[in-house]
Amino acid sequence: MTDKESSMIHVENLTKYYDDLCAVDHIDLTIDKGEILGLLGPNGAGKTTTLRMLTGYLPPSSGTIRVKDFTIDKNLLEIKKCIGYLPESAPLYHSMLVFDYLNYIADIRGLQNDEKTARMRDLAELCGLKDIMHKNIGELSKGLNQRVGLAHAMMSDPEILILDEPTSGLDPNQIVEIRKIIRRIGREKTVILSTHILSEVEATCDRVVIIDKGKIVADDSTHALKQSGGKENIIHLGLLNASFDDAKSRLSAVEGIDTIQQVNTEEEYSLNIRLSCRPQEDPRTAIYDCVKKTDWILIEFRQEAKTLETIFRELTKEN
Amino acid sequence: MQQSLHILSKELKDYFISPIAYIVISIFLVVTGWFFFSTFFLYNQAEMRNFFNLLPITFAFVIPAVTMRLFSEELNVGSYEILLTLPVSFKDIILGKFLAGVLFMAAALLPTLSYPICVSMLGELDWGPVIGGYMGAILLAAAYAAIGLFASSLTRNQIVAFIVGTVICFSLTLINAMLYFFPVPLLGVISYLGASSHFNNIAKGVIDSRDILYFLSVVFIGLYGSHLVMQEKE
Repeated sequence: MTDKESSMIHVENLTKYYDDLCAVDHIDLTIDKGEILGLLGPNGAGKTTTLRMLTGYLPPSSGTIRVKDFTIDKNLLEIKKCIGYLPESAPLYHSMLVFDYLNYIADIRGLQNDEKTARMRDLAELCGLKDIMHKNIGELSKGLNQRVGLAHAMMSDPEILILDEPTSGLDPNQIVEIRKIIRRIGREKTVILSTHILSEVEATCDRVVIIDKGKIVADDSTHALKQSGGKENIIHLGLLNASFDDAKSRLSAVEGIDTIQQVNTEEEYSLNIRLSCRPQEDPRTAIYDCVKKTDWILIEFRQEAKTLETIFRELTKEN
Repeated sequence: MQQSLHILSKELKDYFISPIAYIVISIFLVVTGWFFFSTFFLYNQAEMRNFFNLLPITFAFVIPAVTMRLFSEELNVGSYEILLTLPVSFKDIILGKFLAGVLFMAAALLPTLSYPICVSMLGELDWGPVIGGYMGAILLAAAYAAIGLFASSLTRNQIVAFIVGTVICFSLTLINAMLYFFPVPLLGVISYLGASSHFNNIAKGVIDSRDILYFLSVVFIGLYGSHLVMQEKE
């Protein structure tokens, strides 16, 4: 992480109260240029509120937001100029045609004649809006509406793109498309997106911030978070021809295994064992050697994958 | 300023794309036209006074109906969030929407210019009061549009915005007719508050700075009120 001066967005002690309810609780965040940041959290965790404060829609109860060299209380208009924002569920003007709407946004964003035409053509291409340019926004399906919203956010080619649940309501093909677009933009621009779809973060983001009840509970690169997360190392073993007591006594001799549990369900004919091992240790070779010495038949042997999902659940579950 | 022009043109387009504009203009023309011409031939005088006398009360109903959607619709759909995150200031937004309302009413008044033209064919029409009347009508429309805009900024429900706007405009219109309910020492102040007396002065062709100042103050109060509400919404 770079120092405060070179960062794109710098947030300190950001807090938001709705009456007595604390929606965002003293958040510190620094986002660099060219980063794709995923804001992850369960419903009501404060994702949307945080994004709304970053875009200047809601004033924070306390704390500071700095975007480039501007602070939100002094240069709000300058900040709005360098941010493209897609609010949750893209609430666009229902009575306008797609073309008219984008034209209006281009005007407000200060695009001039030739530049405007070129930009609108590019965006229509990029977001697949060519066939719906002359349709009423109110008549569009959720996914198409979302794509128009995305075009709206990218209109001025902003340095910072803030997307609140950008892929909600899209079909799987469109989701892949949108992710591709986001990744492409993220090479030069700063992108912040909120979502509660974990695979989306894994697929698009460089960095994940997980927030829960208004607090940041994790902030790391997607890769590092997947490495570190999951407090234990779980190995599943499926055996035939073996009794649990026998297996337990033999396996407990293996170095690195903490607990041995039987996880058999009634229908299964094999003996299924769940071994939880100490982190940082890999006893798989020893386990295999141990099994090889017996006449058990090994039908399953796998290490539980540490997904973002397990990490997310661990971090945000009720105490 | 540039930004409020963009908002103005967008709002005007919205008005004239939707059928509401044509419905409101038709109703306005039917009501004013019928009331004016139903007694016109009885008086047998080539003047427009009757038309302008009725204008404040018709405006009190029509203008809140025109302005009710300006903010309420945005609040209801949620596009208010988009509007506020675009690089526009509150002033740009308010000014753009307000001017759209005023221009819309000017467009509604335009066809009524055929009345004085018809009347001038029937007899000797004094054009002074007519010109004054139209100037006054624009000022009155601006004042009511500012009030209607304020009412619209208060709520996400267009019907509530309409009722609030109508109640305020209606009170301002009728206050001059209700003066006998007020204690004598207050009469001076309260009669100054009424919109119709100021409007009637201008419609007579007497252009007094006090009357113009009155309308400009109402416009300012309405727009400033909307500004305060927008700030409070955060």
